[in-house]
Amino acid sequence: MSRLAQAFAKGRPALVTFVTGGDPTPDATASILDALVEGGADVIELGMPFTDPMADGPAIQLANLRSLGAGTTTAAIFRIAAEFRARHPEVPLVLMGYANPMTIRGADWFATECVKAGVDGVICVDIPPEEDPELGPALRDAGVSLIRLATPTTDHARLPAVLDGSSGFLYYVSVAGITGMQQAAQASIDEAVARIKASATIPVAVGFGVRTPDQAAAIARVADGVVVGSALVDLVAKHGTDAAGPVKELTAALAAAVHSARKGAF
Amino acid sequence: MQHLPPAPKVRALQIWTFPRGSAKRGRMNAPTPNSFRTLPDERGHFGQFGGRYVAETLMPLILDLEAEYRKAKADPAFQAEFDDLLEHYVGRPSPLYFAPRITEELGGAQIWFKRDELNHTGAHKINNCVGQILLAMRMGKTRIIAETGAGQHGVATATVCARFGLPCVIFMGATDVARQAPNVFRMKLLGAEVVPVTAGAGTLKDAMNEALRDWVANVHNTFYIIGTAAGPHPYPEMVRDFQSVIGKEARVQMMERTGRLPDVLVAAIGGGSNAIGLFHPFLDDPSVKMLGVEAAGHGLDKEHAASLAGGRPGILHGNKTYLLQDEDGQITEGHSISAGLDYPGIGPEHSWLKEIGRVDYTSVTDKEALNAFQLLCRTEGIIPALEPAHAIAAVQKLAPTMDKDQIILANLCGRGDKDIFSVAEHLGVSL
Ligand SMILES: Cc1ncc(COP(=O)(O)O)c(C=O)c1O
Repeated sequence: MSRLAQAFAKGRPALVTFVTGGDPTPDATASILDALVEGGADVIELGMPFTDPMADGPAIQLANLRSLGAGTTTAAIFRIAAEFRARHPEVPLVLMGYANPMTIRGADWFATECVKAGVDGVICVDIPPEEDPELGPALRDAGVSLIRLATPTTDHARLPAVLDGSSGFLYYVSVAGITGMQQAAQASIDEAVARIKASATIPVAVGFGVRTPDQAAAIARVADGVVVGSALVDLVAKHGTDAAGPVKELTAALAAAVHSARKGAF
Repeated sequence: MQHLPPAPKVRALQIWTFPRGSAKRGRMNAPTPNSFRTLPDERGHFGQFGGRYVAETLMPLILDLEAEYRKAKADPAFQAEFDDLLEHYVGRPSPLYFAPRITEELGGAQIWFKRDELNHTGAHKINNCVGQILLAMRMGKTRIIAETGAGQHGVATATVCARFGLPCVIFMGATDVARQAPNVFRMKLLGAEVVPVTAGAGTLKDAMNEALRDWVANVHNTFYIIGTAAGPHPYPEMVRDFQSVIGKEARVQMMERTGRLPDVLVAAIGGGSNAIGLFHPFLDDPSVKMLGVEAAGHGLDKEHAASLAGGRPGILHGNKTYLLQDEDGQITEGHSISAGLDYPGIGPEHSWLKEIGRVDYTSVTDKEALNAFQLLCRTEGIIPALEPAHAIAAVQKLAPTMDKDQIILANLCGRGDKDIFSVAEHLGVSL
């Protein structure tokens, strides 16, 4: 079983956490990733910084700028990933970012680097199924999961196209909008997750706007995983190179809420 | 299934050594087996360029837009309303003007201008805005957003929003807000909300990022009027079609006035909408050469905004095209004296036309554009915008290498009122 499959097969919902690679500096990222693991995160999303993060709100935009300002390169991201893999052989690591940095040296180059660094999956914000040839075949050939996004605008007719060629998990973006916005109404999330799970054979994780353990627990009652990003990135913004402690603390609270969300519910 | 035309047989224009008397004059009567006017394909691609690289949230909307645009394009009522507004509201057709004194001064080819600077709102941008707002209303959208660089597209968008009574939000880089103050005030007078964008260098690309962010969050009621022939499919095609009125008129006017086609078309390129609007109707006329002029800023070895000359193919703002970027694919900031050319990308159809060699592309510096700006003021009594001043600077170099009976047609796509403050500053004059 792949590391990603295992993360969703622990008999409880999974906590997926996002931070931007190289924020505040490439060297500081290792301690922050370790804090996520120690706090109890099941899947780690490592953001690849981009100059033009069109799908991100102010918190993650600023994280991208801090990272690039500190000199983070694509090589540095893969170094961070490879070192993470050496320290944590079991924890799945996913790269999340935008098409241009992922494809600029060719999709095959990128897929090969992912394999070498022990990256399990890739989320590319601006490659929809219609442009799959840009990256999808190279990742699938290399055995790296292509994790696609579904959104409130992904209707019944589109969902099969989104699922086709996806693996690892499906990332349901609960709000039509950018990262860091307010969370969608819980009822709409419940409805969407039920609809998607009826067609999906892979786990469904829900993110965008999830900040607190209570919110995370509510989602974990219906979804296979909960993604938290901006709230953790805010802690990095606030504490800089000393962010590991606060990040671990929030992660632990989120993990406790997510992991126990269904206890006693059945 | 449409097929790509094979590599064209058109000779590349040797731009600075245009051999006297060697250019083919008149029309080549041999029929062209292939057309350069059939793209994009059904997936929105121009060769390897174009496409729909957008977040999933936008994808259903983009597909909807495409379907609705196809219907509108085939609907005579839509076309009639578009034509009517262009005639009575915008003031089309714009004149085709033979410029005698600049022709004499440069001492070579005859110089003609397509005078889109006489349009309502002072630039070609309004052509596209009229088309898109009609489409927005057809789709039942109730709120309009747009990005702007020089402010011309923002003004044109605010104008059509006022005309049709729709609320309008314009995203504009903070740097551009400062250097295009008159246009900011115009947009506000027209009832638009102007949102200064401070991310990045605060120029056009940052404004476009912010507009895309707004759009994803407001997909249900909002129509994004993109101002140039770039962005996800169908925008490059749609903007080109709306702007093609420039070239269609010019082709008819030139035939009426001179009985022949021009030898060379020249247009400035920011995202490439005025250029593709002029070029597209002539693409299948083999005798007509075309020159797109990018902004070389301080020089191609320094800061500039010439994506074709100094960039590589990449993915940004929904399409694959030439981009200014570093080796990791991080987008680098453009620079041009002209806010409307200060964009690190270019419309995908231009990337394709460059690669197949149908259109030639060159670039001129800030300084050359400033000189050309003054030349046109002095010789023709026309104050051009800094964007077409780039085209004029290229004409300045090209005309003397050509015969006196040859014809250059340049797109005078905007007037200079908006630029007088920044030109004064560059010339060391305080107003
Ligand atoms: C007068 C004028 N010309 C040209 C441009 C550049 O855009 P495009 O290349 O799409 O024509 C602008 C953009 O603001 C403009 O205002």
